[in-house]
Amino acid sequence: MDIPENLLTDTVHKAIIFEDVAISFEGNQVLNGISFELKRGETKILLGIAGAGKSTILKLCLGLIRPDRGHIYVLGHDVTAMTEEQLFDLRSKIGIVFQESALFDSLTVRDNVAFRLLEEKLPEQEIDQRVREALRFVELERTFNMFPSELSGGMRRRVGIARAIITQPEILLYDSPTGGLDPITSTTIIELIMKQRDVNKSTSLLVSHRLQDGFMLATHYYDAQTNHMQAIEGHIARDLHTTFLILKDGKVIFDATVAELGKVTDPYIREFLYLEPVS
Amino acid sequence: MASPTLALKRNMAAAQDYYILAAKSVVNVFRRPRYIADAIQQADLIGVGSLPIVVLTGMFTGMVLSLQSANTLSRFGQLPVIGQLVSLSMIRELGPVLTSLMVAGRNASGMASELGSMKVTEQIDAMRALGTDPSKKLVTPRVMATTFMLFFLTIISDLVGLIGGYLIAFMVLGMDSLQYWNSAYQALSFDDVFMGLIKPVFFGFIISTVGCYYGLSTTGGTQGVGRSTTQAVVAASILILVVNVFITKILLGSIR
Repeated sequence: MDIPENLLTDTVHKAIIFEDVAISFEGNQVLNGISFELKRGETKILLGIAGAGKSTILKLCLGLIRPDRGHIYVLGHDVTAMTEEQLFDLRSKIGIVFQESALFDSLTVRDNVAFRLLEEKLPEQEIDQRVREALRFVELERTFNMFPSELSGGMRRRVGIARAIITQPEILLYDSPTGGLDPITSTTIIELIMKQRDVNKSTSLLVSHRLQDGFMLATHYYDAQTNHMQAIEGHIARDLHTTFLILKDGKVIFDATVAELGKVTDPYIREFLYLEPVS
Repeated sequence: MASPTLALKRNMAAAQDYYILAAKSVVNVFRRPRYIADAIQQADLIGVGSLPIVVLTGMFTGMVLSLQSANTLSRFGQLPVIGQLVSLSMIRELGPVLTSLMVAGRNASGMASELGSMKVTEQIDAMRALGTDPSKKLVTPRVMATTFMLFFLTIISDLVGLIGGYLIAFMVLGMDSLQYWNSAYQALSFDDVFMGLIKPVFFGFIISTVGCYYGLSTTGGTQGVGRSTTQAVVAASILILVVNVFITKILLGSIR
């Protein structure tokens, strides 16, 4: 799919652009004119209280729901002006990990991860090989023939990541990937997201309820030699291209890096981040 | 409680959504990708899976029809036409309608609960996000399979109903076998068979589209799945009975 010409917005360097987007559900205004941009290669962490519209933003990016007003550009395409048929083409360039994994429970792990490849009718041998690669990335190769019901919550989330990355999409969307998981499993998931960010240089939008997930992503990098994440020593010398976006009452109240987040004086954000109030 | 205007608007929107789903399910038959393997799998689940209840329904309906008819016909000395009465009733009305109602009870509920569970666990959204159209992958194969299989299930039900009627006529009423089958066969015209076999095509379409519609419009978690399942069976059954009146009227009008 080529980038259409005559667009006023810079869609070459920016993977996602929200322009004055608003949406309401049954009279409840969830997003009220939000605007932000996600650059190619950037990871943006969406924070906000429950019901702030974080997951709604991800669904809007995919065109699964339509906004009441505003424009959303994804990889150069205005998804608000596209038909469902055109969106299917665009969605093949975006991977998403759902909050509860949303694995197809009647299919095996192999068929879940291979779903897109099966739809493209690739040769079985190639499919098996790519599924094994994706499962190896999330360290779950042994689950190849298992059904989702046989997996733990953390394993399902990891299979969800494998399903999202198998086609190496240009954008990855994570909807609360650590929600409801224990701290150790959550750290494993965050390490995988970090690996995807640093090894495959992916562009990501990540919704999270856990502040520590965001901070870990912003202050650690994936070391391919040790196969583990490492903290950035001293001051931020390494640009991890990771930023934060905080939502409140349907508006964006913060959109910047972790360094700027530490300096913020807004009482709501300081309370949200469990920081001491500014005297 | 919603105002009458709001309720009317909601019902109109629901009718519109159903119409779009039903229309797309037909249009998708002529568009790629086609999910033939899924349609065959559904045909097995719907057709072969429904065979026992359809056979039992047909058999006992034919038997009771024979018993009831005998009671009335014997008063007028017309017992020999019992085969005629059973065959006309089974083939024109009871076969298609009762088979459809049984299949609706089994499969409209199955479709609504399966798709409803997928909806509330975000599997439908996941499918769309993975670039696959749920109406092509989930709805059209079910519509094709139900419409196709209900046609054959009705034929089986009609035949088993005639056999059930015969068993009563022969074993209980002491009728001659040849007389029963001759009367049953001679009574039938092409129009009767046509009417009996065109109905399941419409009913199959109703069962599958209603089941899929309620499944895909499920909201409200597991409770919502239960609600959709019940609504699908009720709506499909009522629609079958209503549409049956219209088809019968139209076909009888064109025959006479």
